[in-house]
Amino acid sequence: MTNFHRHDAVIVGAGGAGLMAALQSSRLGNVAVLSKLYPARSHTGAAQGGICAALGNMEEDHWEWHMYDTVKGGDYLVDQDAAEVMCREAVETIIELEHMGLPFSRTPEGKIAQRRFGGHTKNYGAAPVMRSCYAADRTGHMILQTLYQQGIKNEVQFYNEYMVIDLLVNSDGQCCGVVALNLLDTEIHVFHAKAVFFGTGGFGRIFKITSNALALTGDGVIVPARRGIPLEDMEFFQFHPTGIYRLGILISEAARGEGGILLNDSGERFMERYAPTLKDLAPRDIVSRCMFQEIKEGRGIGGKDYVHLDLRHLGRKVLDEKIPDITDFMRVYQGLEPERDLIPTHPTAHYAMGGIPTNYDAEVILDDQDKRMPGFFAAGECACVSIHGANRLGTNSLVDIVVFGRRGGKKMAEYMRQNELPPLPPRPEAFAQELVDRLLHGSGTESPAAIRSEMQALMFNEVFVVRNGKGLQEAASGIRSLKERYARVAIQDHGRTFNTDLMETLELGFMLDCAELVTAGALAREESRGGHYRKDFPQRDDVNWLKHALAYLEPEGVRMAAKPVTITRFQPKERVY
Amino acid sequence: MPTYSFKIQRFNPDKDKRSHYEDYQVDLETTDRVLDGLNEIKWRQDGTLTYRRSCAHGVCGSDAMRINGRNRLACKLLVKDLPGQVTIEPMLGFTVIKDLVVDLEPFFEKYRSIAPYLINDSAPPETERLQSPEDRARYDDGTKCILCAACTTSCPPFWANKEFVGPAAIVNAHRFIFDSRDQGADERLGVLNTRNGVWRCRTVFNCTDACPRDIEITRAIEDVKRTLLFGRL
Repeated sequence: MTNFHRHDAVIVGAGGAGLMAALQSSRLGNVAVLSKLYPARSHTGAAQGGICAALGNMEEDHWEWHMYDTVKGGDYLVDQDAAEVMCREAVETIIELEHMGLPFSRTPEGKIAQRRFGGHTKNYGAAPVMRSCYAADRTGHMILQTLYQQGIKNEVQFYNEYMVIDLLVNSDGQCCGVVALNLLDTEIHVFHAKAVFFGTGGFGRIFKITSNALALTGDGVIVPARRGIPLEDMEFFQFHPTGIYRLGILISEAARGEGGILLNDSGERFMERYAPTLKDLAPRDIVSRCMFQEIKEGRGIGGKDYVHLDLRHLGRKVLDEKIPDITDFMRVYQGLEPERDLIPTHPTAHYAMGGIPTNYDAEVILDDQDKRMPGFFAAGECACVSIHGANRLGTNSLVDIVVFGRRGGKKMAEYMRQNELPPLPPRPEAFAQELVDRLLHGSGTESPAAIRSEMQALMFNEVFVVRNGKGLQEAASGIRSLKERYARVAIQDHGRTFNTDLMETLELGFMLDCAELVTAGALAREESRGGHYRKDFPQRDDVNWLKHALAYLEPEGVRMAAKPVTITRFQPKERVY
Repeated sequence: MPTYSFKIQRFNPDKDKRSHYEDYQVDLETTDRVLDGLNEIKWRQDGTLTYRRSCAHGVCGSDAMRINGRNRLACKLLVKDLPGQVTIEPMLGFTVIKDLVVDLEPFFEKYRSIAPYLINDSAPPETERLQSPEDRARYDDGTKCILCAACTTSCPPFWANKEFVGPAAIVNAHRFIFDSRDQGADERLGVLNTRNGVWRCRTVFNCTDACPRDIEITRAIEDVKRTLLFGRL
């Protein structure tokens, strides 16, 4: 049975971007928030180190410096009009969050405390700057809790544990709603709305080693891609240098911001060789590649595939007060005491720079001509504005979600007041119903778990920190054959109540599409830039590749196109730290 | 890889009248989490096994459950720390939807009842509201809460009376009552100074033992009781 709902707007995802958008729009109309999880479970809550804004509470700082760092950090693939908006508005948005009650750590004078973070500098690269506003090492948790609390205060309507599996677009090309699966009873729900906002997060789970939650399976980028919307810059994925060895759980850059250093097998602080100015606080793409280089040249610990993070000199007070949660992670998951022990660490798949193309008002853009899809908005990791370009700077993910969640929410509120409810396409539930029925009543034999772990291993082996044409081709054909097997996948749970076997297998379908798009983009881009490093094309190539990639998911494979990068204040130059 | 025995309480409302236990043998690394054990079972042995999970490192609060008789997060407990059998049951006190998944709506309803948001009707300054590190420290502990419900569902007075607002709601009330920027203390204290408010707490300390975030919940509850008795923040 299909259930119908009508709202002025539907927000998908209840992390920072979705909740911020909800707060801007829910007072002005009938707005619903759909989440696959409970709202306070979203992955925004896992962000640790901080959120940058040039408040200048500790030392001189300017939003122009923040913008420069963002553009340079993104290896000049950043759209600079959007970066300017983000770095300017970060300041007022952080103040707004404080007014909402966010419990920031404080300076002795009672202002919001700030600390250093990778790639953030003063005076256009001269030296590290204290720009990251933080609440211990639980900044994302505090943002998520505060926004959820405000959601309760403002009586936002939540549909919890609803998994969105289709986007509705009518014959006039207007976005007019979504179709979701209610996990509780496996019923299909059609949400008819004037506007739809996606803040659905990333897809790190396509890789074997990741810091991402199990829920981060790329549903929100693939749902629109299956409706013909291109995805932008999917080849750019961030591999964070300090994942807990084997598990991939994140050890925040705040550990290095507070003074932690990386050591190779001979105890050398190797980042001094690669980045003489910023050293261990160079941007993440660079540090991850340097770690791979050390490991490749036999200087991993005991010749193995990891290096050490040394926090011993920070002292118990800093560990317990400034980075208590990650100190706890090391104790719980590794049985190590960071005051005494060196911490085994290696890069972990962390963040998708690419996603649904948008402008800086979070309006979804369909091509290289700035054509919008009426009524469709997106922000946060699922979107590509692009303020992260080829490599995101630490903390800018949180800046992104609050600034563009807020802007997008405002824009959407305006849109929903000016427009009527658009007509639905005929049988709006059909596509989603078929997707679900095929799995519930299918007669396949392939194991979803086997397909998933093969995909994750393939992506980890061939599409990780260091890539090359041959490996990428192997990955591309491997994923194609996994997709063929997925067409014959079998689930074991055929029940109607809280069917997580069905949920995970739907997620696997989304992940395979993500993996295909990332690999196709990586294969097409014959240069090295930011998080995308090609051993066979090790240089950045501005002549041929200073452009965004657009990837269309089509039945016969991925079709690639391009669109220009917006460059305003900062001309591309060599990226040295 | 050593083999671990998992004994898991199962219940499928589509076919079961009451719950039962099923046994599984699973090969795991000693560094694996209980959640990895559940995933191994779900992915390689029995796809119908049902539980909530997301972040897998103790910050989202999805996978609170009763493990060997204590409420824990399955992702924050290593199998090597559970010699012998691992027995897993849903949290007590809420309706079981399926296997280890319980209905959390009553939990969030209690949370909402204490006005869990900053209340301050005065016009904010252009910059941040100032707060000294000492004032910030007064409510720090409660800000760690991830709403996993491990505390409330380990509380004997809650088991006895489902109207009790429960430790999680009190901790979150405490977080705002003692925030120097907040003006809603009277409203929240009013909610807590009732039959089903803080006075139902019998200082059993189960909540503090259960909290995966090491919040001193019993202390927070005592702070609220003292404030009600002596009328001083």
